[in-house]
Amino acid sequence: MIDKTIDTLTEAVSVIEDGAVVLISGFGESGNPTELAHALIDHGARDLTLVNNNAGNGHVGLAALLESGQVRKIICSFPRSSHSEVFDTMYREGRIELEVVPQGTLAERIRSAGAGIGGFYTRTTIGTPLAEGKERRIYNGDEYVLEDPLHADVALVKAELADRWGNLTYRLAARNFGPIMCTAARTTIVQARQIVDLGEIPPEQVVTPGIYVDRIVEVANPASEREMIEQDIRYPAGGVQ
Amino acid sequence: MTDKLTRRQVAWRLAQDIEDGNYVNLGIGMPELVANYIPDGREIVFHSENGILGMGPEPRANEVDYDLINAGKKPVTMLPGGAFFHHADSFGMIRGGHIDICVLGAFQISAKGDLANWSTGRPDAVPAVGGAMDLAVGARKVLVMTDHNTKRGDFKIVDECTYPLTGPGVVNTVYTDIAVIDISDSGPVVREKVAGISFYELQARTGTVLAGADTCRELSAPDVG
Repeated sequence: MIDKTIDTLTEAVSVIEDGAVVLISGFGESGNPTELAHALIDHGARDLTLVNNNAGNGHVGLAALLESGQVRKIICSFPRSSHSEVFDTMYREGRIELEVVPQGTLAERIRSAGAGIGGFYTRTTIGTPLAEGKERRIYNGDEYVLEDPLHADVALVKAELADRWGNLTYRLAARNFGPIMCTAARTTIVQARQIVDLGEIPPEQVVTPGIYVDRIVEVANPASEREMIEQDIRYPAGGVQ
Repeated sequence: MTDKLTRRQVAWRLAQDIEDGNYVNLGIGMPELVANYIPDGREIVFHSENGILGMGPEPRANEVDYDLINAGKKPVTMLPGGAFFHHADSFGMIRGGHIDICVLGAFQISAKGDLANWSTGRPDAVPAVGGAMDLAVGARKVLVMTDHNTKRGDFKIVDECTYPLTGPGVVNTVYTDIAVIDISDSGPVVREKVAGISFYELQARTGTVLAGADTCRELSAPDVG
């Protein structure tokens, strides 16, 4: 019998080791696995490399993970936001390494890793500082730059529905990076709003097939990052000691 | 005193050049205004990089849902016929030439159509590129919406960009508060300028040589705020 469901967030993230490369789903505040990020803070794995489109907001979720001092490097496309003060401060003080990757290249590097592709050529970044030092190739008269797949040890992903096989759906535009991140990690850990019986998700509505998913934990009422920021909530409460 | 356009009027003017049936990506900030001024009778499908086609207007206060946001992280709505898809598909659409038009802001545009809009290159700046480089190379047409000069009066349309590029030779047309300028193979050609300034004055406010003195038409827009 296949049962990928796990009772607690603590147990779900217990497999994450020091030095792990961790993909974290979400775009802005939509699709962020905030509860899994907080569980990773409690778990305490260090020297992490995080991959997300952004670099966190306020003092919760991804930003709290940065603030905890457990993260060595972040790979993202757009670290700036109206509430990215944790990242901004750490970056200016030289306490975190940043790799800026154009958003489409970031997505395709993740997709490639999950699909067994060894690298790909893209026109994105040609003529810009981000193409410096990269291998080039001409196709049909246009110059392309080589990009590597981005493999990860762990993916933390927020989904809407899940079943015990790991089949997933996503809510509205919270899908964003979730489906490709599930494919690119050795261990994919999912927080789903609801775990349903096998067969309840019609096969044609499955977005991520369970083959890509390893561990599922139900978080029935995921926190709103926006509300936590408005209420100046920090994780852990009282801030990092 | 010139009769320069407001930002909303620039958005209106640009919107007139979007054709019925176009798939359009609007960049963060000023370009978002364009959605308000699509002429009646034209059906446009708006794409958002975070995996949306068929994006609709801002929701009413009681319909706000932060799982449905645009590239600027602002709440939006879905139109009937809309679709969600993951990020790799979204950028496949962009790079693969399926987006007809993208509208971007700019720090600088060169005479060759080079675009610089992601970094001032200052050492203390936090670099952030987002989807701009993918859009610049992938969209069939790149339309730039910008003030003609910086707040300090510096040129934004120049011989060569001094800021780091977003993409080389990618800009088709620049819509500013005083002119519409096409980037042709031989350089910038003024398509329209506001009546309140002479071609000579327009040239004086531009950091590269402009063509079109004899052919340009009047740029005007209705009072849209």
